[in-house]
Amino acid sequence: MSLTAEEMKAKNRETIDEVLKVYPEKTAKKRAKHLSVYEDGKPDCAVKSNVKSIPGVMTIRGCAYAGSKGVVWGPIKDMVHLSHGPVGCGQYSWAARRNYYVGTTGVDTFVTMQFTSDFQEKDIVFGGDKKLARIVDEIQELFPLNKGVSIQSECPIGLIGDDIEAVAKAKGKEHGKTIVPVRCEGFRGVSQSLGHHIANDSIRDWVFDKAATQKQAFKSTPYDVAIIGDYNIGGDAWSSRILLEEMGLRVIAQWSGDGTLAELEATPKAKLNALHCYRSMNYISRYMEEKYGIPWVEYNFFGPTKIAASLREIAGRFDDKIKEGAERVIAKYQPMADEVVAKFRPRLAGKTVMLYVGGLRPRHVIGAYEDLGMEVVGTGYEFGHNDDYQRTTHDVRDGTLIYDDVTAYELEKFVEKLRPDLVGSGIKEKYVFQKMGVPFRQMHSWDYSGPYHGYDGFAVFARDMDMAINAPVWSLAKAPWK
Amino acid sequence: MRQIAFYGKGGIGKSTTSQNTLAALAEMGQKILIVGCDPKSDSTRLILHAKAQNTILSLAAAAGSVEDLELEDVLRVGYKGIKCVESGGPEPGVGCAGRGVITAINFLEENGAYEGIDYVSYDVLGDVVCGGFAMPIRENKAQEIYIVMSGEMMAMYAANNISKGILKYANSGGVRLGGLVCNERQTDKELDLAEALAKKLGTQLIYFVPRDNVVQHAELRRMTVIEYAPDSKQADHYRALAQKIHENGGKGVIPTPITMDELEDMLMEHGIIEPVDESIVGKTAAELATTA
Repeated sequence: MSLTAEEMKAKNRETIDEVLKVYPEKTAKKRAKHLSVYEDGKPDCAVKSNVKSIPGVMTIRGCAYAGSKGVVWGPIKDMVHLSHGPVGCGQYSWAARRNYYVGTTGVDTFVTMQFTSDFQEKDIVFGGDKKLARIVDEIQELFPLNKGVSIQSECPIGLIGDDIEAVAKAKGKEHGKTIVPVRCEGFRGVSQSLGHHIANDSIRDWVFDKAATQKQAFKSTPYDVAIIGDYNIGGDAWSSRILLEEMGLRVIAQWSGDGTLAELEATPKAKLNALHCYRSMNYISRYMEEKYGIPWVEYNFFGPTKIAASLREIAGRFDDKIKEGAERVIAKYQPMADEVVAKFRPRLAGKTVMLYVGGLRPRHVIGAYEDLGMEVVGTGYEFGHNDDYQRTTHDVRDGTLIYDDVTAYELEKFVEKLRPDLVGSGIKEKYVFQKMGVPFRQMHSWDYSGPYHGYDGFAVFARDMDMAINAPVWSLAKAPWK
Repeated sequence: MRQIAFYGKGGIGKSTTSQNTLAALAEMGQKILIVGCDPKSDSTRLILHAKAQNTILSLAAAAGSVEDLELEDVLRVGYKGIKCVESGGPEPGVGCAGRGVITAINFLEENGAYEGIDYVSYDVLGDVVCGGFAMPIRENKAQEIYIVMSGEMMAMYAANNISKGILKYANSGGVRLGGLVCNERQTDKELDLAEALAKKLGTQLIYFVPRDNVVQHAELRRMTVIEYAPDSKQADHYRALAQKIHENGGKGVIPTPITMDELEDMLMEHGIIEPVDESIVGKTAAELATTA
């Protein structure tokens, strides 16, 4: 970039002002608080967050049900997650978020299957509790190897006041299984964020408490850790887990990618909770710290620089054996990472990126881009809170454009003005930007690729970014009048 | 065809008043359809001499969905050819009765239940607790609402609330308040109060139905007074009410509901409640004893 930080700040501020011009006065005033330019040394990104989106704009956010069913609970593979309510919510969240898992689907694992109570008018009028009870029975009959059921409430459940807790209690007792009612009705809260919190709380209330009363055969070691907030998208948790294991730790649970109910139940026995997605699982990490005295540490497994720092940070919580293990792991994989950098950096150095993603990626992936010589010039969260924007200050550069709960219009305009070499966001944004001639990668699903976590993931990440940016197709995209 | 609805606080005698009035209208040769919109399903028992008829929603639940029903499954004919349907609804504490009312009324309209009818009468439970129970006062439904009330404070409070519901839909759907029907409870200054409230709401007290035990005697036999004791004085009262409603077509008004304070002031004016001494509000007996 030829612009100095000050020039960039001025330009970005000008861009924000211009984008806000089209809004009615009241909307512009509200949206202005969510758009900002990061200034070095400030404690946060100077944006307002976690408030209601403005009616009339196209927001990219989801709902509480999406946060619970889609993010937190959905990947727990040996439980059946029932979309309780009319069929649409279940249909559109079918097959989860590419949360890879090992198992025989339909026999002992159920992630990519879709279960719904398919509410009809009569269920709304007469209540759905009896139907719910029958469905739980049928699940036991048809899928006897399930370890439990979570009941993911859709909006109408909250409106008609069904007593799903009573059904969960009665059926849990009858079948001797864990049945978890989750009050994640979509109308609650301002985004999927509240759904994460509600789902965390439901694990606290319906999994931990029950597990505490059971005799467990679990044998602790001093090196037990849990991976919290890794959803194993494209295998992310696997490429993370091996690093922890190689340095001598024992991973006793994955939350929740490729995770099981037994892993959730065992987590209160961990010595350390390693938290990747802070936004979606800080609640349960804090609870375990308070209740069981388990410390938690945030880490970042995107790109070799952050991976090495994170491995050392995690190892710092253990003895020398683990610390040596971390150094061994870094020494082993660094040459491989260097090779990746040597191959792709010349093709990617100086390229600029704009991100708009969810829980942790708007800040966590910045390091990986920087390892490839790229620069993130704009970033923002769909459903971040202020503590996310505080954490973001460690990763962004002076003058970065920040946009919270960005509207479709704003993002389009920002990309038009900043002209990055790559945009990383979701499927709804992908084709808009590709049609503008801007290379794009989906950064929720890894665009059907992955993993991106860990050293293995970095190699895939680098290849994918190169593939997007340097694809020959862009040379064919010429205006017909030219 | 005229569409009317009876609203009022629970237990005020809505169903009794409406069925007696409608029986009197039937006597006058009017073809009548009663649509009960109360999960208790007691809006048609005096016409049908039945405990409770099968409801649209219970039959729909049994058949699978409301689309599986035919009109003749749910429609029964009683005294003087009065056609009766009950929407029904869930047992107390579960589901959504309001949605049930909407489902039932849509079903009736789609299946031509209103053809060849002079009067459709909706009998709606208690307060307008949610959008579902406002269904009969929304677009293209009841033109006039008759609020059954008495001289009791809560009945008047409910009447005022129902007026708010009518006001909300008056401009979009053309619903009007037909008037108040006072079902005598023999409270103090009942007639005065009913008339005063009617005036405040910008409407009329269309009839004052005196209390008479013959109504209870008829009810025990699951009959209207019109049918049980056609020559009684009470039957004539219902006939007079029916005549007034018949002549009241198109004369409804947009109500002017009042605030809770105004309602209390009105009760104070009539000496029903004492003016509140603000200095004693929130004070316990012990506290009052020390200040006294």
